[in-house]
This record gives sequence, C-alpha cells and structure tokens, in this order.
Amino acid sequence: MGKLTPELERERVRILKAAEDFGLDCFDTIFELVTYEQINQIAAYGGFPVRYPHWKFGMEYEHLSKSYEYGLSKIYEMVINNDPCYAYLMEGNMMMDQKLVMAHVYGHCDFFKNNVWFSKTNRKMMDQMANHSVRIRRYMDRYGYDTVESFIDTCLSLENLIDRYSPYVEKSIVPKVVDNQGQNPLGLLRVDKPYMRHYINPPAFVEQQKQKVQDKFMATQKFPVNAEKDILNFFIHYAPLEEWQQDVLSIIRDEAYYYSPQGMTKTMNEGWASYWHSKVMTEKILDDSEIIDFADHHAGVMTMAPGGYNPYKVGIELMRDIEDRWNKGRFGREWEDCDDVRERKNWDKKLNIGREKIFEVRRVHNDVTFIDQFLTEDFCVRHKMFVYKHDKKINRWVIDTKDFKAIKAKLLFMMTNFGQPIIKIEDANFENRGELLLTHVHEGIDMQPDFLNETLKNVYKMWSRPVNLVTVMEGDGHLYRFDGQELIQKKISSGPQPEPQKK
Amino acid sequence: MSIREDQSRFRDIIKGKVKENFRKFVSQGEMIGKRENEFVKIPLPQIDIPNFRYGPKQQGGVGQGQGEPGQEAGEPGEGQGQAGSAPGEHVLEVEMSLDELADLLGEHLELPRIEPKGGRSVESLKSKYTGIAPVGPEGLRNFKQSYKKALRRYITTGTYNPEDPMIVPIRPDFRYRSTKLVTKPQTQAVVIYMMDVSGSMGDEQKEIVRLESFWINTWLKKHYKGLETRFIIHDAAAKEVDEDTFFRTSESGGTLISSAYKLAQQMIETDYPPSEWNIYPFHFSDGDNWSGEDTRLCVRLLKEFFIPNVNLFSYGQVESKYGSGQFLKDLQKEFPSEPNLTLSQIESKDKILDSIKDFLGKGK
Repeated sequence: MGKLTPELERERVRILKAAEDFGLDCFDTIFELVTYEQINQIAAYGGFPVRYPHWKFGMEYEHLSKSYEYGLSKIYEMVINNDPCYAYLMEGNMMMDQKLVMAHVYGHCDFFKNNVWFSKTNRKMMDQMANHSVRIRRYMDRYGYDTVESFIDTCLSLENLIDRYSPYVEKSIVPKVVDNQGQNPLGLLRVDKPYMRHYINPPAFVEQQKQKVQDKFMATQKFPVNAEKDILNFFIHYAPLEEWQQDVLSIIRDEAYYYSPQGMTKTMNEGWASYWHSKVMTEKILDDSEIIDFADHHAGVMTMAPGGYNPYKVGIELMRDIEDRWNKGRFGREWEDCDDVRERKNWDKKLNIGREKIFEVRRVHNDVTFIDQFLTEDFCVRHKMFVYKHDKKINRWVIDTKDFKAIKAKLLFMMTNFGQPIIKIEDANFENRGELLLTHVHEGIDMQPDFLNETLKNVYKMWSRPVNLVTVMEGDGHLYRFDGQELIQKKISSGPQPEPQKK
Repeated sequence: MSIREDQSRFRDIIKGKVKENFRKFVSQGEMIGKRENEFVKIPLPQIDIPNFRYGPKQQGGVGQGQGEPGQEAGEPGEGQGQAGSAPGEHVLEVEMSLDELADLLGEHLELPRIEPKGGRSVESLKSKYTGIAPVGPEGLRNFKQSYKKALRRYITTGTYNPEDPMIVPIRPDFRYRSTKLVTKPQTQAVVIYMMDVSGSMGDEQKEIVRLESFWINTWLKKHYKGLETRFIIHDAAAKEVDEDTFFRTSESGGTLISSAYKLAQQMIETDYPPSEWNIYPFHFSDGDNWSGEDTRLCVRLLKEFFIPNVNLFSYGQVESKYGSGQFLKDLQKEFPSEPNLTLSQIESKDKILDSIKDFLGKGK
C-alpha cells in the first residue's frame, strides 16, 4: 500500500477544498494507493486491512478476484467509517476515475460523520477490528483452529439476529426487579395491635395468600419479560457458553452492529455521495477533456436494470428531487392541496432552501424515513418505477403494478430491518423445560425453508436445549422444532396467526 | 497477504465437499463435460452460512424502466451491489486439477501407488533456460532484466530524469539467462482401450465405459507423465479410432472379440516394445461373444501374448439386458488366479468406483 502520488495528492487537495466550499464536513481522510489484489483483499475483509481468520473472507476474495480477472466487475471505491476515514484508490485507474472516486469518498465521509444513525458506531473500528483478530487468533491457538472456526460459523449464521434500533435506546438486558407490592407483598390485612395478629391474619389465610402470590408470579413470570430482538446479546448473557465463546459471540455482534447503519442508510448514503461527486466534479474539478469519460462512468454507476434496485440511482434522484422541491417551495399544505395541473407545473416560490434541506435530510434520516417522507407519486411516475413479482405460471419475473402506494410499500418493506426477517425470543423457558421459543414476525413473506432448518440447528448449538420457531408457511402457522436429533415441522394453526400453543 | 490463509482454508473446505460427494460425482459424469486442459470444473452448491432469510420467489422488488403491468421484467440482478451483498443462489464452480482429482480417487479407493514395470524409473536430466545470473556469455544477455537493474540504479541514486529518460547500463547491471537442471521422469506408458460396440451395447453401457475410462486415465496420467492412449472399437471387425469416435459410435452387428485383441497385439508389436513400455490394455464388453471358437482364440491370445507382455490386462464386463455375459465366466474359468489379468463386472453406474478399484487396486 502506498501514499498518493504527488499528482493525485494535488487533486485530492483541490477536491477536498471544493467539497468543503460546498459545506461538506468530513473526518480526515487517508487515501491509500493499492493494487487490485490488495483492493480485493480489503473488499473481501469488508473494508479493513485485518480481520479474524475465516474462510468466508477467502470465498469472497476468490469471488472478487475471479470477477475482476474475467472483467465482470471492478471495485472503484472503498471507504470505511472510521476517524480518520480510510479510503482506497486502485493503482492504474484513469486519472478521471481517481478524481471521481475521491469526490465520491468525501461524500461518504461527510455522511459517516454527520448522519445521526452513524453516531453510535465505533470510530476507532480500524483498531477494534485488529483487536478482534488478535483475540480470535489467541482462542484459536488455545482451543484449536477447527473448534473456534466452527463456533464462528455458528455465530455468523445468527449474525443478523440483532436489534438494529437498540443502540439508540438506553436499555439493559438484565430486567429490573419491580416490586410494586411495596412492603406488603402478600396483601395481608392491616394489623394495628400486635396481639391481634393471629386473629386478623390467621395462619391459614397467610398460607393461602402466599400461594396466591406464588401462582400469580408463576403465571406472569415469563423470561424474557418482553420479547427480545437482540438475540445475540441474549445468548451472550444466558446461553451456556464458555468464556471464550461469549467473547467470540460478542465480537461477531459488535461487528454486526458496526455494519448495521451502512445497511440502514445504503440508499441515502450512496445517493448523497453520488450527488456530491457529480456536483464537485462537474462544477469544480473536471477539465474539458474528461467530461465524456466522466459522463460515461457516472451513467454506468447509475444504470438501473429493469429487474434491479440501484440505491445509487434512487438515492441521487431523490436528493435532487428534494433539493428542487424545497428550492421551489413544492411542499407543505398548500402544495399538497393544489389540484390545478398547470399551477403545479409552474409552481415556484423561489425559496431556495433546497441545499439547506438536503443537508438536514442527510443528518436525521435513514432509508426507511427517507423513502417514507420524500418518495412522491410524481417521482415514481417520472422515473417509471414499478413493482415486480415472480409469476409461478411462466416462471419469470413480471411487472406487477405501477401503483405508487404499492411501490412505496415494497421499498419500505425492503428496507425495514435491512430486508431481514424480524425474529424475537418469545420465551426462554418454553413449556417450563428450558427450551427456547422464537417467533418470526410474519409480514407476508415466508422464510426460505432450507435455510430456516439449517439456521435453527445453529440456534440449538448455542442454546444446547431444544429450540422452537413459530412462523407462517404458505398461509398456515407452523412450529419448527429441533431437539438435537431431528427436526420436526408441524402445523399449529390455520391462517397467518402464529400463536404458540399454550399448555 | 493475509487473505491467502483464508483462501486456502476455503479451498480446503471445497475439497472436503468434493470428497464427501465423490461417489456421486464419479457416477454423474458432470465434470467430464467441463474439462479444460488439465482442469475440470466441478459444480458445487455454493457453500453458504445459513441464516434466517426470506425466500426469493415470494419477495419481488422495485425496478425501473419501460413496461406495463403483466409484462416481463428483467432478471433481478445484483446491479451495483457492493462487496458481499448478494451471495447465494448461484452455483459455485470449483476448478480442480486432474492431479488433485487423481489424489482424491486414490484416497477414496485406497489405491496403491503404481510401480512401473521392473521397478525402473529412468530419469533424464535436462537443462532449461529458466534462471537469471549476474554473469554469463554476452549472447545470453537479458535485455529486460539488465534494463530494470540499470533503471533501479538510476532511481536510487537520484540521477533519473523523467524529462530525459536515458539509461546507460554499466557492467554490474547486466543480467544473463542461465540454465537450470531439471529431472524428467522417463517412464513410458500406453493405455489401449478396447470397446465392444456391437448392437447389444446401449447408450447406458457406453456411458459407463466412458466414465470409467476417464477415471482410469486420470489415475494413470498422474503416475505417467506423457501417457499415451489408443482406442479400438470392434464388433465383428476391429478398427482404431480417435477418442471422440470411441465414445460416440454406435455400430451394430456381431461380436468377435478376438478381432480387437489381434489389433491391439499388432499395435503393441509395432509401436510399444514391451521391454520399454508400461502397457495397459482395457477391454469393455457386454460379454456376448460370437462363438466359443472365438473365445478360445481370445484366451490363447491372452495367454501367449498379453499376459507375459503387459503390466495389466483389464476386462470390464458391462451389464446389458441383451448380453449373456458368458465371456467373463469363460475367462474366470480359464484364469482363476492370474496376477496380470483383472476381471470386473460393472452392473450399473454406481458400481464404477468398485470396478476401478478392481482394476487399479493391484498397483501395477
């Protein structure tokens, strides 16, 4: 890895200057010049120079280097959320590409630093990752490579079972003991004179009251008290794990939380960076000879295949749309209520607060709220957006509808929980046998059965007691159960109401 | 690079998968179709870390472009996906060298290493110009290396001027090509495949022969660099063909096994003196010979010519619903224990591996 060449360094300073003039506010950013092998390695490692040893990085690397060698794909840009930010440029790319990447990277850096959803991420992740690697290597030395690797496999299989919003809420996993009965937990009658005690509260009554409280306690006592979404954290605290296993699991969890905001803001983040690379490049940096190449590459990044969602494209267009609307004052009650086509077409209040608005948007929104608030019907029509679905009869993907509400619902669904099923721990003492009961919050889409089975086995590996999962398959409630020997699937209810059986 | 460690670990896992499913691969023959030089591509289901996820078919998504409801949308692609965003669905193609496959086969069947005939393995020394040395004759001066050295010297001493990039090499810059000695094993081997293509040999039988020959070839190639292969097909008459024809022809008619044996004998006599060559004739048939007379001729040929002269003569009888399978029985009667002759019966595709074990298990 090398420092930038003097020529690139000159451009970097110019680009940074231009970006800052526009109001971007970035962490210091360190650019490294790397070979394609290095960039493939770094990309396989999720952006970092060092990770713990695991074959999945090797698989990713093999995939990336193959696609590069066959000319199928090429990584242009790589930047990590850290203070300072690290970004990588590939040796031998065109000067114009390098500039474009730098401008794009500064967009990301600004986003990392200022978007509220990134505010809880570890800004020294570079060091943290290296630290994780050291810890895991140490465990491998002590407990054996295969043992640790297979445990990591199990952890990674459950990696998505985190509560993406929990970093923003102060909450402890250990339940607070609430004693709302105060000093009189049994509900005995008031005794003013001590000698009257046995008459007012005879021993039989006291026993009876005790039993009542006990029963009530048993009936309400559920553990966890509220369904728990941060399943990894729950396992760290309550699963029968060795100390090293707890540590490995917490490493995987830390990393999952670190990457989580990038999933939550993919569209915005890429849109923001693309908006700025295009602005900075076309207005400040490009010289005339480069404009064609720039347009070509920019368009390449922005293509949206008919059957594919491109966050760069949707992101940049929405950002521009917001800027334009707020510049012209096309928002608020008056605008919403206006039905006159001609009036709407020429609507321009010359507010010129668009730029300000998008800076605000990049500060407070994530993809879900971004789409929810700023995707408009006009926009969908203008960009010819549609929902596609799989047609079983012809085994093809077909356009389902162009209805605005459907598009928006679909997009929001794709983005909620990063397109992952929401799964909760409902009961860790299911049927009073220490079994685990998970429920899948079914939102109209079934989980993939083969993956479900395999993952459930991994949940069992963690919990060491039988595990159960309630979900909906093809319209009916099903309970999946794995007890270490065999996997049972049974129908427990008709219709999409997954209610666990109560015994 | 630290990723190499993970990569080799990944490759080990893949090899483990191939090993696990080895029997399946052998009988399916998927891999043979994807042969490229010394590599085969083996389709494996992507190894994936399972997690709870949505099934793709119900999911759908949002796209952009022309079209009305009901019209076809493109395949959902990865689009601009960033690194690692879309693993899954596709099949992984693993490249393995034939050498590695042979190792797997050997390991799986616990095949012994082949001892070349007479235990002799002549090695010859050959010199190759692969090295670079600081001294040597002017005729072998390597321009590129010398230039690089000179350039490096210019840059390190700070005398390089990009405006006037002239490089003048001096004596210590010069580099010369130099020879290195390599040993080459000189064992020579030839495999002669003979196949009965009479009417009773159907497509399935041929497929079995094809798969079995592939694996036998792979194994022998590992032990003999520069293995030669010859192909003979026969019905009532025998002829030599190329590999392609060998596997594709379907003839019909009677069967005279001796015709093939005679041709093989002729081949060996003219091209492969048994004192210098390791010879492996393989004969596959459904065991339905034309007459007892011809079978007796075959036995005589085996006794008098093949068994004394070859490393191993292998006869594989493929089960066919038309064949009587008499030939195998005759041979068994005639040669109850002959170390240089192996007989094997292949009932179905699944038995290919066992049959290979019969053939190659002797380590000859």
